[in-house]
Amino acid sequence: MSAKNSVNISFSVNGENFDDVTVPTRQHLADYLRSQGLTGTHLGCEQGACGACTIELDGVAVRSCLVLASQANGSSITTVEGFDDEIMEKVKNNFLKHNAFQCGFCSPGMLMTTKEIISSKKKLSRDEIRAEISGNYCRCTGYQSIVDAIEESINEIN
Amino acid sequence: MDDIKVNQNPKLGSMDRPNSYIGRSLPRENAKKHLEGGGQFVDDLVLPRMLHVAFLRSPFAHAEMKSINVEVAKTSPGVFDVYTAKEIDEYCKPWVGTLGHLGEMRSPEQTPLAEKIVRWQGEPIAVVIANNRAQAEDALEVIEVDWEEKDAQVDMETALDDNAVVIHPELGNNLFWTRTVNQGDVNQAFKASHAVVETTLDFARHTGVTLESRGIVADWNKAEGKITIYHNGQAPHMMQHIIAKHLEVNEGLVRIVSRDVGGSFGIKVHVYPDEMAAAAISKKLGRPIKFIADRLESFTTDIHARCHKISGKLGVDKKGKILAMEINDLSGIGPFSMYPRTSAIETNQVLNLSGAPYIIPNYKAVGTVVFQNKTPMCQYRAVGHPIAVAITEALVDKAATKIGINLHEIRKKNFIPDNAYPNKTPSGVPLEDLSHQASMDKLLNMMNIDDIEKQKESNLAKGVLTGYGVIAMCEVTNPSPLFYGVGGAHISSQDGASIRLEGSGAIHLSSSITEQGQGTEAIMKQIAADQLGVSMDSVRVTLGDTDATPYGGGTWASRGAGIGGEAVLKAARTLKENILDIAAAIMQTDKNSLDVENNTVIRKNGGEGITLQQLAETVYYRGHELPKGTNPELLATASFLIEGIPFVFTNSAMGCKISIDQDTGIVKIDKFWAVEDCGTQINPKLVEEQIKGGVIQGIGGALFEECVYDDQGNMQNATMADYLVPMAYEMPDIIVDHVTTNSGRSIIGAKGAGEAGTGGAPAVIMNAINNALNQLGKEVVSQPITPEKILKALGKI
Ligand code: FES
Ligand code: FES
Repeated sequence: MSAKNSVNISFSVNGENFDDVTVPTRQHLADYLRSQGLTGTHLGCEQGACGACTIELDGVAVRSCLVLASQANGSSITTVEGFDDEIMEKVKNNFLKHNAFQCGFCSPGMLMTTKEIISSKKKLSRDEIRAEISGNYCRCTGYQSIVDAIEESINEIN
Repeated sequence: MDDIKVNQNPKLGSMDRPNSYIGRSLPRENAKKHLEGGGQFVDDLVLPRMLHVAFLRSPFAHAEMKSINVEVAKTSPGVFDVYTAKEIDEYCKPWVGTLGHLGEMRSPEQTPLAEKIVRWQGEPIAVVIANNRAQAEDALEVIEVDWEEKDAQVDMETALDDNAVVIHPELGNNLFWTRTVNQGDVNQAFKASHAVVETTLDFARHTGVTLESRGIVADWNKAEGKITIYHNGQAPHMMQHIIAKHLEVNEGLVRIVSRDVGGSFGIKVHVYPDEMAAAAISKKLGRPIKFIADRLESFTTDIHARCHKISGKLGVDKKGKILAMEINDLSGIGPFSMYPRTSAIETNQVLNLSGAPYIIPNYKAVGTVVFQNKTPMCQYRAVGHPIAVAITEALVDKAATKIGINLHEIRKKNFIPDNAYPNKTPSGVPLEDLSHQASMDKLLNMMNIDDIEKQKESNLAKGVLTGYGVIAMCEVTNPSPLFYGVGGAHISSQDGASIRLEGSGAIHLSSSITEQGQGTEAIMKQIAADQLGVSMDSVRVTLGDTDATPYGGGTWASRGAGIGGEAVLKAARTLKENILDIAAAIMQTDKNSLDVENNTVIRKNGGEGITLQQLAETVYYRGHELPKGTNPELLATASFLIEGIPFVFTNSAMGCKISIDQDTGIVKIDKFWAVEDCGTQINPKLVEEQIKGGVIQGIGGALFEECVYDDQGNMQNATMADYLVPMAYEMPDIIVDHVTTNSGRSIIGAKGAGEAGTGGAPAVIMNAINNALNQLGKEVVSQPITPEKILKALGKI
């Protein structure tokens, strides 16, 4: 690949360092992560509308289809594969308990948004939870069970 | 929802025994992989030497390709080759989307790539094969096509006019299929009616918008003459036949693997040109080929649904007894009937299902299905139901209003009584084991209509329009061979299950039913563990692989629990009998004194038993210890199919309360209730999720979703930012309850539950909105019911 078509960057994903890796300049971050086997990050629209590709970049939930891989230089990224702390275990168990997913394609993005909700430490009403996740599309569940799972997580953790 | 408290089906045994799992809302432990990023979707698969494809698609709804030049594209970086129709046609025979059992259907041959004439915007015409999708897409940009645009037949309502553009000149006109049902004498009955009401409803096109798009990885192995297709479909054995037939591969050497599927809802059960092209290319090149649709491709090439205009007429006597119903439905299906299920089925179901909950002695229905230059239309969740239920229930409401009785009273007056089954729909389709009366009573208890009526009045005084609706419906589930097979399609209506005890004492189960998130794996496990007397965690399940599962239909038309589940139950019972036979021989006792509990063969009267592991070890490793003549069979297989009737129907009653903001035209759904009678619920929580998810899809169609086309047949909103889908904020919590009438067709007694929500919500939402608007003498008749349509109805714009 010629120099102008690619760029070398460094960043970390789920605690693992990616040092001086070559990424195509036009590649979005979701495609890059998926090409590295991190296939838990899903693509539903590639235009920022569905939330399936949501990841955490330097502590903020972002849509990885709207970020170029090259823009991640110097950042620290968490994907669904990196959710192993106690809080996210509780959240995952609540998702399981309430069957807050059917096909599971939206789940990585939903969990990412949930993580942000939980870390805001706010006590949210069901309507407020619905507002918070209204950037994440789910075709299967009708959302109610997802709201149930997030509601219980907030009560349990915050 | 909690576990079922009372025993829902005596044929399944007491719920107090150990390992009683049927009827319990157990979590889907195995699905936890999705919360770890561990799902295995088609696009996650990478095979050695795999190439990627991207399709050049028609920018026009109707045009002729004068010439196409792919030479420059072939030199684009990373490109392996570029093909047009002739290269693909050599490896894939054309198909025709017609069936033989429903009268004459006329649809021309279709090939993976259009050769000269394109007939919808999005139809593929060339394919780039490259090292990755981005490079393939880059090369698409430099393919040169010389187009001659033709007039497009976009509007279905003018498709049969004399001056219509005939999309397939060889057919002479744009008619695909038509059917008339005529029972009794409607004209006479309308004359005799005390009141006759009429309406005409419009249903826009919408589509499935599965979050995971369609995808395929095809892998031809030349040495073996075998093709393996990783495909996010719903019916692997159907696909096996299709690939074999059209790629001319020995059917036994076609393997279809459907791993995790990111939602399907009927969208992924059809044969798509681009997927067939990908498979053909793999065979041509001897390399794995991956095609994953992007969102634009999903919107313009996934089948669309609905696209109906239906007028209806209902005659009632003085007391509100229905005397006659007549409907006339027109539907536009794009330029081809989809293969192999055809695009006639939605209209067919409209004719079958209209009026289905009620006694209607005189019924006439005409359905007309026409071609047009839009994306092909075909079966999507709740096929035909939204149209049939909406027209029926709109007419029933109108009749009630006209003669001045309650919305629920008129329904109760006309229901086929719960004790009058078996019976028939007004169109003559057999009905069994339904409970409209009990379901409506339960719904009314939940809703408290008197209270809502009071709110209506007081809200009106405050300028808020409040309204409510109640509907009843029949839901098509568990289809028999009379659905597709009878018409010549190689679509199995039978499903199989195979279950074995392994040397470790573990149970392995495989089924021809597939999983797209409904919880197939979970319920199969529950049935097997329950019937065998083993713990849930000792059962493991294989689905979605034609090389590894029994033959069968797969998952569509809500058939997983009722048909596939019965096969599992039968296989599990046989295996248990075998286990008890062997145990009786080993333990030197009477079989009837034994049972299986907690993975152990126990003596009912006490005394030491043996574990299934011990039993399996004896059979597999120390067979010489078995008494002579013992049958060592620890593998059981069973199949099930519905015989004699076309479908096992489920019934539902739904209600909702809405309010309308008169300034913005925005509808708020205040409450939504659903009562479903799907017979035995294997996992009540999963049933509830089917209802809720289904209702939300129905609300999508009722209020938001539409594939918007301009006059030239260009889809105007083919992005997720422009096409409105239900998002969490606008959606209500849904209250679900049940009546249980088991299906007499099986031991398990389960009927399907996946269609009702999507089939009934559009009707009940529309009725509720009109109930609100009627206070001002207004109504809406077109879905989606957008704020704009409401403001127009209110005379505000
Ligand atoms: S794929 Fe990024 S928001 Fe949809
Ligand atoms: S669970 Fe399928 S999209 Fe959310």
